[in-house]
Amino acid sequence: MLAMNYRGPYRVRAAQKPEPVIEHPGDAIVRVIRSCICGSDLHLYHGMVPDTRVGHTFGHEFIGVVHEVGPAVEKLKVGDRVLVPFNLFCGSCYFCQHELYGNCHNTNPQATAVGGIYGYSHTAGGYDGGQAELVRVPMADVGPMVIPDDIHDDDAVLLTDALPTGYQAAEMGDIAQGDTVVVFGAGPVGIFAAKSAWLMGAGRVIVVDEVEYRLEFVQRYAQCEVVNFREVDDMALHIKKMTDWMGADVCIDAVGGDAAGSIAQTLTGRLMKSQAGAATVLHWCINSVRKGGNVSIVGVYGPTFNAVPIGNALNKGLTLRMNQASVKRHLPRLIEHIREGRLNPKEIITHKVPLEDVADAYHIFSSKLDNCIKTVLIPPNADQVRAVSASALH
Amino acid sequence: METRNQIAEHHHQPGQAHEEHGHVHTHPSQGHLVPRRPSPEELKHIQGWGADLDRKNRPGVPMERTPPRFTDAKEGPVTQQPERVEVLVSPERPGITPIFGTAQPPSGVSGAIRRVAFKSTENDLRHWLLLLLADRVNVVEGVVEDLARGHVPNIFAEMGIKSEWKHNPAGLVKKAAIAGAVVGAAWYLLNRRDPYR
Ligand SMILES: [Zn+2]
Ligand SMILES: [Zn+2]
Repeated sequence: MLAMNYRGPYRVRAAQKPEPVIEHPGDAIVRVIRSCICGSDLHLYHGMVPDTRVGHTFGHEFIGVVHEVGPAVEKLKVGDRVLVPFNLFCGSCYFCQHELYGNCHNTNPQATAVGGIYGYSHTAGGYDGGQAELVRVPMADVGPMVIPDDIHDDDAVLLTDALPTGYQAAEMGDIAQGDTVVVFGAGPVGIFAAKSAWLMGAGRVIVVDEVEYRLEFVQRYAQCEVVNFREVDDMALHIKKMTDWMGADVCIDAVGGDAAGSIAQTLTGRLMKSQAGAATVLHWCINSVRKGGNVSIVGVYGPTFNAVPIGNALNKGLTLRMNQASVKRHLPRLIEHIREGRLNPKEIITHKVPLEDVADAYHIFSSKLDNCIKTVLIPPNADQVRAVSASALH
Repeated sequence: METRNQIAEHHHQPGQAHEEHGHVHTHPSQGHLVPRRPSPEELKHIQGWGADLDRKNRPGVPMERTPPRFTDAKEGPVTQQPERVEVLVSPERPGITPIFGTAQPPSGVSGAIRRVAFKSTENDLRHWLLLLLADRVNVVEGVVEDLARGHVPNIFAEMGIKSEWKHNPAGLVKKAAIAGAVVGAAWYLLNRRDPYR
């Protein structure tokens, strides 16, 4: 089968590799019809996540049609069109029993600090991802969700990570009516966090980024105020001026370790890798939020240490919340929002690229070329696979 | 749950929030700091505003919810996946997880470094630094493996240079010029005659 293949920092290609097989009675094999490139794939692409092995196939955001099921699978059947949350989870460990699906303890032997994630290095469990024609989906009765007929493929694929992560970012900010919310990062997750902040009753939503086309997009799509940090001397001071010197009620880090905007952080975090990515945005969040405010972190940082102004967080009495999104718990509500027209996730897709051109797709997204917001990769034969699902339904 | 709202209302003495505007510049005092709170009427033009204002509508509230609502997990422990390839296991857990990935088993020099890395815990910085080192070694192994199979990797294509040329030709020319200058300077420095030798 054709699959994305990691060769080293900034180097990927589409190449043939052996098809995945059922390795556990609860597994399914899914034929992919859509997969996305995610901002957090860029941390892998840039070589920042430890134990990213050559030959790995990325892709934790994918939907497809069930191609084969293991002997213990009861609920899923061949031909079902499914969306697969990016986290692998068992449903029965202590954490899953507390609905912390992003923190499952049963799917990642190689680290206890992070759960299993498709196509996200061996630090996240060593599973090949969905930027391929076929993908192994363990715990097939637990993780995947059969996509309702009225939900479009392009909306469904954004429900696997970007939308629930943005939504959970806003939720972890514990937004109250009228709150001023600052979202750092105008990528897909930041865009959806801004949209979700309005759903939760925010009074002002301000989005910060450095790329003008992304700011123009989010301003229009999420009806928010925008700030280009390249035009600002000091981020925290600027937010204080914008908020009558109070600071924001809620700040959201939707960037993580690849943040630009600080020479010292870029040098130590992105180039020397002496900390787990540049914590620039985390500094801005802690220093821009008002005393007693909330900081919500969904931007991905690596597992090693980061230089973080924890003293300021202490003295300001902040609440910091952060997690990988527990995608599955958000799906029913988010599907309601899509049906009611409150959210139109597919409108952020700017690029649909054949899987064969995955190297160019990564480069375009990484270098922010061609006004790219979100790229969907389409494997060869996706249409035929889609037809299988349609015939199974009717 | 709406504590921040209540605080805001408490501070909202009549007229105060509006009077303070301008004071910042004209008065030596910093005035009364009050967060701005637009009314729902001012916000109703925003698509979906307030649909999840009530925390009961937020699926992640409370943070930990038990029993879980959205999984169909079977009772009892998860069946153990058979180990067919070498899987490195964090020393911070007993045994191996019931489910695991088998994507790229450790191999070669990088695999040997990874095995050493897994002797230290996740709490030990050496663990992660060794893994990053192994990743760099692995890149070289990848090139060697390609060549051994008679495949000369097209590194420019793998880096997506075609798309750079299509969407940012000026930038590509600049990068090429800088790279050319660096190589040229290195060449000059290595080949110049040293008068003191
Ligand atoms: Zn993602
Ligand atoms: Zn679990």
